[in-house]
Amino acid sequence: MLTVLLGRSLVAFLATSQIGIEGGDLNEFVQGFVKAFQLIITLDPQVVDITWRTLAIALSSCIISTVLCLPLGSLIHFRRFPGKRILINIVQTFYSIPTVVVGLLVFILFSRIGPFGVFNLMFTPTIMVIGQVILVSPIVLGLVISALSGVDKGLFETASSLGASRVQAVFQVIREARYAILSAVTMGFGRAISEVGLALMVGGNIRGFTRVITTAISLETSKGDVELSIALGAILIFMALLVNIVLNRLQQK
Amino acid sequence: MKRSKILFALVGLLLITLLASIAGCAPGAEYPVAQPKARFKIATTTSLYDTGLWYYLEPIFEKKENVELDIVYAGTGAALNQGKSGNVDAVIVHDPDQEKPFVDEGWGINKRSFAYNFFMIAGPSTDPAGIKGLEPVAVFKKIAEGGMKDPNNIKFVSRGDNSGTQGAEKRLWANAGYVYADIEKSGKWHTEAGQGMGPTLMMANEQNAYVLCDGSTFTSYKGKLALVSLVNKPSEATLNIYNAYAINPAKVKTAQIKVANDFINWLISPDVQKMIGQYGVKEFGGPLFYPISDPTYPAIPNLTDNMKPVQ
Repeated sequence: MLTVLLGRSLVAFLATSQIGIEGGDLNEFVQGFVKAFQLIITLDPQVVDITWRTLAIALSSCIISTVLCLPLGSLIHFRRFPGKRILINIVQTFYSIPTVVVGLLVFILFSRIGPFGVFNLMFTPTIMVIGQVILVSPIVLGLVISALSGVDKGLFETASSLGASRVQAVFQVIREARYAILSAVTMGFGRAISEVGLALMVGGNIRGFTRVITTAISLETSKGDVELSIALGAILIFMALLVNIVLNRLQQK
Repeated sequence: MKRSKILFALVGLLLITLLASIAGCAPGAEYPVAQPKARFKIATTTSLYDTGLWYYLEPIFEKKENVELDIVYAGTGAALNQGKSGNVDAVIVHDPDQEKPFVDEGWGINKRSFAYNFFMIAGPSTDPAGIKGLEPVAVFKKIAEGGMKDPNNIKFVSRGDNSGTQGAEKRLWANAGYVYADIEKSGKWHTEAGQGMGPTLMMANEQNAYVLCDGSTFTSYKGKLALVSLVNKPSEATLNIYNAYAINPAKVKTAQIKVANDFINWLISPDVQKMIGQYGVKEFGGPLFYPISDPTYPAIPNLTDNMKPVQ
């Protein structure tokens, strides 16, 4: 999944840079990168602003999904109930729900004439977080369940036989699966930070308010302005790299 | 040991960012860090956005009214829909055919025209259809005839997003004697970009195609394009007027009519009219837009009424 994110950013990155070759002018191509580098080094206020907002929105949705999905995932894992297998299958199907479908759903619900229109949330960062929570939760939920399933079944019984209460035993299992759970959250973060369809549809790409890295790249590239796109693309890839390093370290544990 | 230290540092860093972001997104707080200013949302046609005019005007209005102006860009059709859905408080559009029902059904009120320009036709410098200097209607006839015969060399990129510019395309096709639905399915010479004016120009540029564009966006994109201006003659047929409407609070309860009226009055105020007329002079050697009060071309018949502030 992380490699997918990295690959996706790379493709976006290459796509943006290709537009710079106007009439095969290599100079312009190189200049695009030089200017992009300058934007990052000099901490261009626009770049900093967009990057910070992107991180804040993606992390918020990630935290909310985790808070929702960790208890829910535990509940599904530790309880036996009819249709459990089907439920897990459905959750897994939603791993790949298209971002624009979530965008459509959120638009229908939160547009001012929609059922939740009174909250007046269209075109705000809050609605982007809501959308991303819907987008990311299936991934976090599904992977939390697999993380818990990955723990040796004996642990729960051993803990119980040593006098742990049911709740204590459950916490022991979660503790044992903590690294796998953290990588589930990281996976969700990767999905949240790299999506563009939802952010564009319900965020509206408002400058200084709902513009994030992906929507900024989309707008600037379509207008033929590549420097900012390259700079932001590079930052996105760097973040993916950072997340990947953390994830690798965790999995080595 | 060393490894776990690095890991510890990385996780720590992540946690700090997490905490900071939680602080920034406390419930009820306006993101990023609380600055409880009122927000006023408008949906604007893409040509005004892609030329950078809003970037130029936005901070001035925000300072004057002490509000946050949120600008969503969309073609006229989409902008009108955002208005009807109640997601914005005012709309800036330029398609008489779509504006009429919008007003008749009571969605849009307090109309004021505030700027205008002219549509022009750009295309590859080789001009394979031979349209240079012709009248717009004759041009559309030639492009269609040529495109159907030789779709590899003669192409037309339509906005295809139900925008005011596409409305102008439709009117020109109709005047040239075509039914638009026939044009749409007459072959691969006619493609629909489904995007804003700027991106559509870039697409036409990549495909060496003809394109109908408002003069302002073309001027501001000239430096990035291999396309040249082939037909550019101000006339009634190519006149393009930008209108502002407030959303009627009788139809959409949440619409902020007071700020919307202030906004519209601000657009037609002498100071802002002057600013619109001066926008782009430094960068492009000439103005991008004519303010509506500019009498160079008699854009609207009832100018005096139009310049009266909305009550």
